[in-house]
Parts: sequence; C-alpha cells; structure tokens
Amino acid sequence: MATSAVSHAPHAAVHVEKTGLWSWITTVDHKKIGILYGATAFAFFLIGGLEALLLRIQLGTAENTFLTPEAYNQLFTMHGTTMIFLAIMPLSAMFFNFFIPLMIGARDVAFPRLNAFSYWVFLFGGLFLNASFLFGAAPNGGWFGYANLTSKQYSPGLNIDFWVGGLQILGIASLAAAVNFFTTIVNMRAKGMKLMRMPMFVWMSFITQVLLLLAFPVITVALILLMFDRSFGSHFFVPASGGDPLLWQHLFWIFGHPEVYILILPAFGIVSEVLPVFSRKPLFGYAAMVFSGIFIAFLGFGVWSHHMFATGMGPIADTVFALSTMLIAIPTGVKIFNWLGTLAGGSLQMKTPLYFSLGFIAMFIIGGLSGVMHASPPADLQQTDSYFVVAHFHYVMFGGSIFALTAGAYYWWPKMFGRMLHEGLGKAHFWLMLIGFNLTFFPMHFVGLHGMPRRVYTYPEGLGFEIYNQIETAGSMILGFSFLIFLYNVFRTWRGPANAPADPWNGATLEWSLPSPPQEFNFAEEPEVHSRDPLWETKREHGGPLPEPKRVSGAGIHLPNPSYWPIVTALGIPTVFTGVLLLPQIGPWGIVAGVLLTFFGTFNWAFEKP
Amino acid sequence: MTHAAHALEHHTSTGLDNRKVAIWTFIGSECLFFASLISTYLVYKGRDTTGPTPDEILQIPLVTVGTALLLFSSLFVVLALNGAQRGNRKSLLTWLGLTILCGIFFISMQVYEFQHFMHEGLKLQTNLFGASFYTLTGFHGTHVTIGVIWLITVFITAIRGQLPPEKSLNLEMAALYWHFVDVVWIVIFPVVYLMK
Repeated sequence: MATSAVSHAPHAAVHVEKTGLWSWITTVDHKKIGILYGATAFAFFLIGGLEALLLRIQLGTAENTFLTPEAYNQLFTMHGTTMIFLAIMPLSAMFFNFFIPLMIGARDVAFPRLNAFSYWVFLFGGLFLNASFLFGAAPNGGWFGYANLTSKQYSPGLNIDFWVGGLQILGIASLAAAVNFFTTIVNMRAKGMKLMRMPMFVWMSFITQVLLLLAFPVITVALILLMFDRSFGSHFFVPASGGDPLLWQHLFWIFGHPEVYILILPAFGIVSEVLPVFSRKPLFGYAAMVFSGIFIAFLGFGVWSHHMFATGMGPIADTVFALSTMLIAIPTGVKIFNWLGTLAGGSLQMKTPLYFSLGFIAMFIIGGLSGVMHASPPADLQQTDSYFVVAHFHYVMFGGSIFALTAGAYYWWPKMFGRMLHEGLGKAHFWLMLIGFNLTFFPMHFVGLHGMPRRVYTYPEGLGFEIYNQIETAGSMILGFSFLIFLYNVFRTWRGPANAPADPWNGATLEWSLPSPPQEFNFAEEPEVHSRDPLWETKREHGGPLPEPKRVSGAGIHLPNPSYWPIVTALGIPTVFTGVLLLPQIGPWGIVAGVLLTFFGTFNWAFEKP
Repeated sequence: MTHAAHALEHHTSTGLDNRKVAIWTFIGSECLFFASLISTYLVYKGRDTTGPTPDEILQIPLVTVGTALLLFSSLFVVLALNGAQRGNRKSLLTWLGLTILCGIFFISMQVYEFQHFMHEGLKLQTNLFGASFYTLTGFHGTHVTIGVIWLITVFITAIRGQLPPEKSLNLEMAALYWHFVDVVWIVIFPVVYLMK
C-alpha cells in the first residue's frame, strides 16, 4: 500500500478522538460500545434497585398496603428480569467489550459493526420491557414465567406479552455478541498468546460465550412457543388440549441454570485478575482454574431439574439431579481454594478492588453453602418457594456477581476513563454495601426456614416475621445508600483532572501497557506475549516500572469506519415485536414492517464499504 | 501502512478467516434451537385429544421429492463453490442457479403442503400436532427462505463479476449455512414423516 502518500496527505488518518452524539450512535469502537453498555446497564441497575427498595418498603411491616398485590407482582417480576438481563449480563458485557480486545492484544473485536448492533438491540430490548410501565402492564409472572399462569386465560393483559417480546429481543443481542466474542477470543489473540496464556478474565468470558451460545436458543424456543400460544392461539402449554406446563419448566431451566453461570463466570474472571495484582504474585493454580471453569459450564447443562424437585419427578430423576448438582461444589471449591492460595503469602495491597474481591469470596461461599443445602431434594422441599431461596440466590448474584463487578469497576475505572476513583469513598462504599447487604439478606435464611413464602405481597401479624423483615428493610436502605456514595465518587472524579497513570496498580496484563484511556487503535504495534503475566515479565526485564507510554499519532492505522446501519438494522427487531403486541389493532403489518426494516438494514450493512 | 499494522489486521490465531469461525459458531448455536423444537415435537407426539393426527394427513411422496432435491442442492452448492474457487464462472453460475431452484422448489412444496393441510382442517390452533408441526417445519422453512435469499444475493454479485476466487468465502459462508439447513431437514424428515 502507498505508505508515504497516505501518511503525508494533509487530511491523513491521524486519529483524532471523535465526540458528539452522532459519533456515539455510529461508533464501532469496542471501547465506546463498552462504555455505552456500562452506562445503560448501570441505569437499569439503579431502576432495578429502586424496584427492590419499593418491595422492601412494602414488606417492612405486616399487612402493609403501600403496594397493591398487582403492583407488587409487577415490581418483583421486573426487579428480577431487570437485574439478570439488563444489569448483571450487560455489566459483564461492558467488561467483555472494553477489556477482551485489550487483554488479548487486539485492535478491536472480530466484527465491530455486529458489536454495535448487539448494543443497540440490547438497549431497545431494555426499553421495550420497561415501556410496559407506561401502560400499567409491566410483566407480572416472575422472571421464570411459569406456564400456565402465563396463558391468555390467566394473564389476559399485555404484561406477559411485553415480557415475551422483551426477552426475545435481548436474546438476539446476547447471541450476536456471543458469536462476536467467541470469534474474537479464538482468532484475534496477539502473537504468542496461546490459550493457556490467556488472562483468566478472558478464559472465563470465553466459557461464558459458549454458555450463551448453547443456552439462549433454548429460551428462545420456549418464548416462541409461549408467544404462539398467546398471540396466535396455539395450545402448547394448555393442559386441556394435552399440553404440558412442565415442558416450559424444562426448556426454561435448561436455559436458566446455565444462565446463572453466565452471570457468575465473568465475576470469577474479574476476581481472578484483581487478586494476583493486589497480592503481588501470580494466580495460584492457573490450569486448575481453567479446567474447573470448563467443568462448571459442562455440569451446568446437567443440573436444570434441581429447580423442579417440587414438581414430583420421581426418585431416580431427583437422585441424578441432586448428585450432579452436588458435584458442582467440587470445581467451585477448587476455585475458592485457588483464590485463597493466591492471597496466601502475598504482599497484600489493601486497595478498594481487593476489598470488594475479598467481600466477593466471603459472600459467595455463604451463597454456595446454602446452594449445596437445597441440592438435596428433601431439604429443597422444605426450602423451595421460601425466603431461604431468596437469601441463597442473592448471596450468589449480589454477594457474588455484583461484588465482583464492583471490584472490576474500581480496578478498571482508571483505564476506562483516565481518572482514579477516590480510595476513601471506595472503602466507605464497600463497608456500607457489605453491612447493608448482610442485614438485608442474612435474616431471609431464618424467616424462610420459619415458613415465609416468597413472591407474596404481604404477611400476617404474629408469625414472628416482623423483626426479620424490619431488619431487612433497614439493611436494604443502607445497601441503596452505598451506591449513592459510588455515584458521588464518580461525580467527584469526573470533575477532577484526567491524570490516571497507565499502570496505577502494577498490573500484569496487556491493557496496563497502554495510556489511560487507551487510544482508538489500542496498540500502535502488535504486542508479543511470552508468558501468562506479560506485563510483569516486561517490567522484570526492564528492571522496574516502565516509563509512561506516549500517545502516538497512529497515522496510517486502518480502523473500521463508523456506520449507522447497525442501529438501523437493530431498530427492525423491536419493531417486529411491537408488531406482535399490536396484532389485534393493525394486523400483521407491524411485523412485516419490522422484518423489512431488518432486511433493508442488513443489505445496506452487507454492501457498505468497510 | 506499517508492517506491524498490516500483520495485526490479516493474521488470525487459527489461520481461519473470522467470518468462517463465526458462521460455525452460529451454526453450533442453531443446533440447540432446532434441538429444542424437535424435542417439543417428540414430547407432544401422540398426546392429542383431537385430530387430525399425523397418520391421517401427512403425505410422504411429495415430501420425499422435496427432500431429495434439498439433498441434491447440497451437492450443487459444493460444485458451485468449486467453480468459484477455480474462477470458472460458467460452472459457478450453473450450479449456484440449480441450488437456488432446488431451494425454491422446496419452499413451494412446503407452501403447497401447508395450504393443503389448512384445507384439511389442520391449523396451528387445531391441536398439539398442528402447533408443533407448523412451528418446527415453519421455522425450518424460514431458514430455507433466508438461505435462498442469501444465495440469490451471492448469485447476483457473481453475475456482476464481483465474486473472484479470492472472494469465494462469500459463497462458502452461504454454502455452510445451506448445508446446515439441509442437515436439519435430514433429522426432521424421519422424525415427522417416517417415524410411527
């Protein structure tokens, strides 16, 4: 290629950071898309959190009338759906987007425009779900949407239709992203980065993509069957016609159990990055960590029916699923001991990311132990549908995923925004979150074993539930407040100078070799990797900290052009599902319009000059 | 362009093109999609409270012809790809055209079959067989339709002379998808039409 001609032309490709709304709408830069994912997911996280606080206010006293039963049903359904699909998953996606290419030494993901498409479909799916509030018809059948409560007969409103459509839209976003990140990790690694040299976060993300690819088609089919029942009059889940509501439960949980590993494996990856850096020693048992992650994912597809012990599957099925479930404790235990092994004898740097990672280990162990308890069918029959289960999954989802994601936020914030978050405020956030979290969820173990059922809008006086619920409600307010501290920390940092060094924590992985924030093209030259901790190795050879990397012009580096076709194509998807909602009013024309728009966008995308 | 920048864009860790890894990944994911639909069909087989039942309504001969043509189209698309890779434009256009014709025949057969069944009183709403049959074969038919549109798009670029051998991956992608859709039908045909 005509090197000299290109780099000497007056308007040559010297990379100037583009700003403004249009640059965000048309961006195909994985770092900008990562920030979009993060900002959107955090907004949904706050909405889901507010929904939870409303639920806690309602449950603060016995026989409360703060929320109607109908409002309560909508809020707990939206709280669960939001936190899983619109908060934890996309917060993980923020880190996939921003850091997988940086950690493997790539200039972008394999398909930058597909990446933008995934984000826009995710955003539209989230808006579609939440638009239901405007019609007073938010989903109200629980995040699991058990048939045949969700049938037209028992749920005649639009509530379930919004849920069915929203989840299908979000599924498309997840699948497109999974194909993209799978290909990126398989194919875009820097020279010398063999699979067994990949950072543990990349490994766990890789396994997560496989789970997404294999689990999401199953929920898609379940949702399609339900949509056909509700919108086109089929009888898949209508017992009077021979339909079997348990088919829904099987399809849902074949997706649903791998889904919980989709939520937790990226968290495992983040903690496995933070602990070595702040212990000043390499990750203990790297290979065991990799294989235990793969083993967890593999077993994750063989345990779904432990969500269905109460349906009476018989002793053989119960035994098999109980044993496979208990087996998962082994690889999970391997991980926990490896994290402790990483900490042992390390020179611990007591910074905020390490605080949250230690909190993660402790809280996740509690959640894991209660999980092993209801792996046993007789125990599960006592615990199922009670607050004991609510306590369990909040210890793994909040105590696990959210603690680790918060650790990741404090750890990677300087790299993403070029600013250091305040340490003191970070630690205040940690302690309040830890205390608030345990006050909220620990008493749920007791009140659950005392018989308080979940998903019920209130409880009678005099059963001894009051004191537990008062503590929980108080704790939830502290928990909510802790995130106000985080917001203040972000706000304060935003107004401060962008002076974060490239490598504030003495990091081991490639992203810390770049300026903070990295330039649009990431690496001016392809890095070469010789070990699992490439940056530590470089620093060892250099005999100390590296000089601050300079920003370079990047002239002549070819980057994909911005494109608006991803957002246009993405708009077609929610149009299809809005068409399904409007079938009685406008016939099939909404669906037709959506399909045409998707095709129109796809064709222009395919023939666009890259 | 510097040598390093050049290497970063064209070198892949496996030596395979990104798009090829992606289409295989997508196909792997699609397997679970059809596995779920086929499982649903099998779970509901014979559980109907009202007719028409599969025995009363399914016509094997016509579908057998459609199946045969769909299978032949897999061979044709391989020959078309071979033509594209050798730069033999005539071979490419002939075999690709035949592939598309087979696909169109299969879709037409399915449209005829669906209309015939509707006429006989089997609708999506009639019973579990209707619901699971139309959903399974309908989603397969949708995949065939998307495959035909994709192949026609490649065909037009080939007519315009925009499919030289070094771009034959554009056809190979569509061909891999086409083979997958055929393989799914190889499972659906015995499960729906032949199994008692």
